[in-house]
Formats: sequence, C-alpha cells, structure tokens
Amino acid sequence: MKLSKRIAALGAAALIAGACNSAASPAASGGGGGSADRSGILIEVVTHGQASDPFWSIFKNGVDQAGKDMGVKVEYSAPDTFDMPKMAQLIDAAVAKKPAGLVVSIPDKTALGPSIQKAVAAGIPVVSANSGSDAYKELGVLTHVGQDEEIAGEKAGELMKAAGVTNALCINQEVGNAGLDARCKGFTTGLGGTVKVVQVDLKDPTAAQQSIAAAVQGNAGVNGILALGPTGATPTIKAMEQLNNTDIKVATFDLSKDVLDAIKADKMLFAIDQQQYLQGYLPIVFLTLNKLYGLQPGGGQPVLTGPGIVDKTNVDTVLANTGTTR
Amino acid sequence: MSTAVTAESDRLRSASRTRLLASRPEFGAFIGALVVFLIFAVLSILRGDVGKGFLSIQGAASFLEVSAYVGIIGVAVSLLMIAGEFDLSVGSMIGAASLAVGLLIVQFHLPAFIAVVLTFLFAFGIGAFNGWLRVKTRLPSFIVTLAMLLILRGAGIGITRLLTGNTIVSGVTEASAGDPIVPLFTASINIAGGEFKIVLLWWFAAVAIATWALTRTRFGNWIFAVGGSDLAARYVGVPVNRVKILLFMTTAASAALFACIQVFSFGSADVLRGANKEFEAIIIAVVGGTLLTGGYGSALGSAFGAFILGTTQLGINFVGINSDWYQVVLGSILLLAVLANTYLLRRASGTR
Repeated sequence: MKLSKRIAALGAAALIAGACNSAASPAASGGGGGSADRSGILIEVVTHGQASDPFWSIFKNGVDQAGKDMGVKVEYSAPDTFDMPKMAQLIDAAVAKKPAGLVVSIPDKTALGPSIQKAVAAGIPVVSANSGSDAYKELGVLTHVGQDEEIAGEKAGELMKAAGVTNALCINQEVGNAGLDARCKGFTTGLGGTVKVVQVDLKDPTAAQQSIAAAVQGNAGVNGILALGPTGATPTIKAMEQLNNTDIKVATFDLSKDVLDAIKADKMLFAIDQQQYLQGYLPIVFLTLNKLYGLQPGGGQPVLTGPGIVDKTNVDTVLANTGTTR
Repeated sequence: MSTAVTAESDRLRSASRTRLLASRPEFGAFIGALVVFLIFAVLSILRGDVGKGFLSIQGAASFLEVSAYVGIIGVAVSLLMIAGEFDLSVGSMIGAASLAVGLLIVQFHLPAFIAVVLTFLFAFGIGAFNGWLRVKTRLPSFIVTLAMLLILRGAGIGITRLLTGNTIVSGVTEASAGDPIVPLFTASINIAGGEFKIVLLWWFAAVAIATWALTRTRFGNWIFAVGGSDLAARYVGVPVNRVKILLFMTTAASAALFACIQVFSFGSADVLRGANKEFEAIIIAVVGGTLLTGGYGSALGSAFGAFILGTTQLGINFVGINSDWYQVVLGSILLLAVLANTYLLRRASGTR
C-alpha cells in the first residue's frame, strides 16, 4: 500500500517534470515515458534529394531535428544523381537494416514500387514524403506528407491572374521531373491564359539568365513568369534587371535567400512554399508514434504541407529562418 | 624527317590562296559559325525581329556573353587536347573554385583580392596534381581527370554542407562590395544600348594569348610535338612532362577564372556550378578543329566553337523555338562539324 502510493507519487512527479520539460525544450520531451526505449528506434529515410540541392538541405534539417526531438535514430540516404534504379537499391538496403519505419519520396512509382512493396510486406511501416501523392495508396503506404503539385500550380496561376497576368512563361530547370510538369499544368489551369514552357540549365546561371531574357524577347506579349524553383528564379530576376523590365510579374516555387530578398524588394510577387521542413519532420514523428503507440493519421488522405504563400506580408518571418527551416 | 629534296619540292609547290585558307584547322569552325549566325538571323528577320531580340546590340551582347564563358575554358582545353590530353575535371573545378572563392569571402571574411589569389593557387595546385599524376603513373588522362571530376564535385558538396549546412553560398556581392578587384570580373560597358560584359575581354585575351603561344613561341611548338608523338618529342629534347603539367594547370586556371567571373557577377556560388562544362569544352575544341587524338588544332578555332555554342543556345530562345530541342541541335552541329573538319583535313593533307 505504502509502496504503491510512493510509486504513484513518483509517477506524478515524473509526469509533471516531463510536462515542464516539454514546455521548456521539446528536445527533452519524454512525455509519458518510454523515452529510454527510443534510442533503439531506427528510422530510415531514402529520397531522390541529392545532397547538393539547397531544397533538400532544408528537408534533411527537418529529418535530423525530428530525430533529435523524438530521441530516435534516423539515417538519410539519396542517390547522387536522379537515378531511380539506384534509389530502389538504396530502399532495399534500408529495408535490410530492419528499421522501425521507412520514409521514402516516390518520384517514380513504377521504378520504386516493387522495393516499397517489399518493405510493406516485411511489416515495416512506410510514410511517403515530398513526391508520391499519386502512388502512396496503391503501394500500402501509411500516409503521404507533401504538396499536391497541381493544386499548388493552380494556386500560383490564380494569384498571377489576380495580378493581371494573361501570357506567361514557365521556367523549367529540371526537365524529367514529373512534379515540375504538374506545377506547369496546374499553373496553366489556374491562369486560364497562354503559358509557354522554357527549359533552362540549373547548373549554369549565366546561360539560364540569358536564355530567359532571350525567351522574353522571343515571345511577344509575355507579362508574367513563373519559375519552378530557386535555381530558375534567380536567373529570372537577373534577366528582368538586365532587360530593365518591371512590368513583367515574376513568381516562383520554393524559397531561397535571393527569392526572399527579391520579394522584399518588390522584384518578385510571391513564392509558393511547400514547407519541406515539415515533409522531413512530420514522417519521423508519425513513424515514432506509430512504433511506440500504434498511432497513425486517419482517413487515408495525404497530409498537405503546401502551398504556403510567401509574399511581402510575411517575408520577414521567413527571412529570419532561411537556410534552417525555410 | 623529310629530306632536303622533298622540302625543296614542298616549298616550290604552288597552292591557291583559298586552298591554303581552307587547310587551316579553324576554317570549318569559321564557316560553321557563319552558317549558325545566318540561320538565326534569317529566322529573326522572318519573325520581323530586326533591331530587337537576336538581331540587336543587346542580343549580340547576350549570346557573346554565353559564348565567352564557355570560350574561356574551351581555349584552355583546346591547348591541352592539341598536346594529346583530356581534362574532364574542368567542370568540377569550376564548381570547386566557385565554392572556394565564395566561402573564403562569405564564411572566412577574407578580402576579395586574397580570396581570388588563394582560389587561383588552389586551381594551379589541382592542375599540377592532375598533370603530375598523369605523367608519373602513365594512366590515361581520361581516367585521372575523371577521378578528379568526382573528387572535386564531392568535396565541394561535403565541405560546403559541413561549413554552412547549405549548398548555396550567397551574399558574395554584399561581402565583397567596394573591393578593387571585383570590377576586374564584373565590369561592363554600354555600347549602343547593349551591355557588354568584361568576360568578353577575358575571352578575347585568352584566345589571343593562346594563339600567339601556339603559333609564335617555342612552347607552342612543344605542344604540337607532344601531341603528335610523345616519344618522338622526348627524343628531340622537348620537356614533355613540364609541357603537360603546365597545360593541366592552364585548364584548371581557366576554370578558376570562369568561376570568379560567374561568382562575382552572380553574387552566389552553389555546388552544382559548372557541371557538364567539361563536355562543352571538348565540344568547343572539336568543333574548333582540334583533333581528339592530339597534334593538330587551333586556339582561334575554339573561339568559333564557343561562338557556335553560345549563339545556338540563345538563338533558339530568341526565335521562339521550343528549348526542348537545344541538345538535338547542339549534337547535330557537333556531328556536322566533326565530319566537315575530317573532310577538310583529308583534303588539306591530300594536297601534299
């Protein structure tokens, strides 16, 4: 009797301490216990995001921070080029480690599907992140955390239309990425006007800038440009400066310091933020809680992290967190 | 090798002026550049674009700028290829040098002048190492520099992420504002409404110096000799190893120059810069009349090769052709240029 009372008191104290801790620092949140077991939880993350891509750096920051916050072990891998067979091998290798959970991006469901199904068959809970909204259900993936590219493109088109744009260029810096094609497609729907796709080389900003300037001159009547990512946006801003053109409305998908500075300086209308930090962070949380308590998001709907709109009204907040979470 | 008698008969042989011109290595590239320019000029006129777009001063400034960047590495790679070697690491060297100059300025707060000097020293070091590995191990330069391509690209990504947690180094413009060395890379001049960048001067200077060195100096003779036959050159006392190492240092330095101009003009560096430029440099050299097997080629030809590349890349956008087709056009030009050059070379040697 006495003993059990003391245990109860201890438990209450621990709970209070835990609550205080979690308020003070999320990193230490043990919640209702079980934190000791968590260091043994391994979550594997395999994406097509090459380490060289600034966008994926932020995603990876989210993964790493969630690993710390949850107190679990995370391991991140990605093929060094956009190479689907290689990525499938990386997924197989991750599954072979028998992790408590697997996070994958699915840019190509035909190539990656078999490997993901193998993971599901082996009883490993899988969450897809970033790309895969069209594939996760049929593959038996728990949920998808990402942005629907077409919906986001439509939003960009509507915003451009509201700003008076009727004839636009869509700057594609990564031909072969179906997500970018979907952005352009949604953009065309949302704008309800003329859209022409211009291909540029993201590895050569000088040539990209001159190509965009040339395309503006080669396509009369263009009054809007949508870049599909920062590596297309920076050359676009430079091209507008070079042409001394302030009439053409410029917007982009995804953020970078240059993009934010341009929004602040009124050189860019808005940026569509898919908040990829969340895409890295949330799957780790979902899979940890799934492992510990069997919890999972319900309804079979994807968890949408975007489109978030960054424009003049909120650019300062975003600027303060650039490079780490935005 | 030839006896006095055949030398005499060679000297006495008369050849028409046009045939002499046509037997120059850069002749094919010159005609190619003319044809490419005329095609886009005609397409522009058909669109009614006279005085704007491709056929305007600003248009010319634009496609010359794109040509100049690749032309700088193209001319250095041409010299190396005439000496019979490849450098596949120039693209990665551009990336590594961009990051070096960017990180030294933004991360280590060094004055731009010192950052540039250190970056060039770094490039000379890598170039010398490439050359040294090539001559010491006797491995083909294709393999040695392919390894360096991977090492430099990977180290660039690794070190940049380690230092900044990011893969873009931005803020170079702000951090280097007012430094006297910056205008050397960013200056521009407005001529009749077109903004001509200083990169053009660097390109012209590089081509002029390379042409002079190749055709008027002993070092130029050595380059041809080494490329013609390594062994024969060694027997007649050409310092083969020194020539090769110096040329590898030149290609690395050209990449560093490319990087400095781009970083200061663009204000940022990222880990992907320069990727695939090694192939563009080889395309330029080959289109410019340099033989893949070495021993034959031209520095001036590389200028025409670069012009073709830059003009095609921008011309397609200027005349509103879907840019999806750029690589098809470029590949076709490469094939045509090589066929034309081989034909001209055969005719030229056939006249003997």
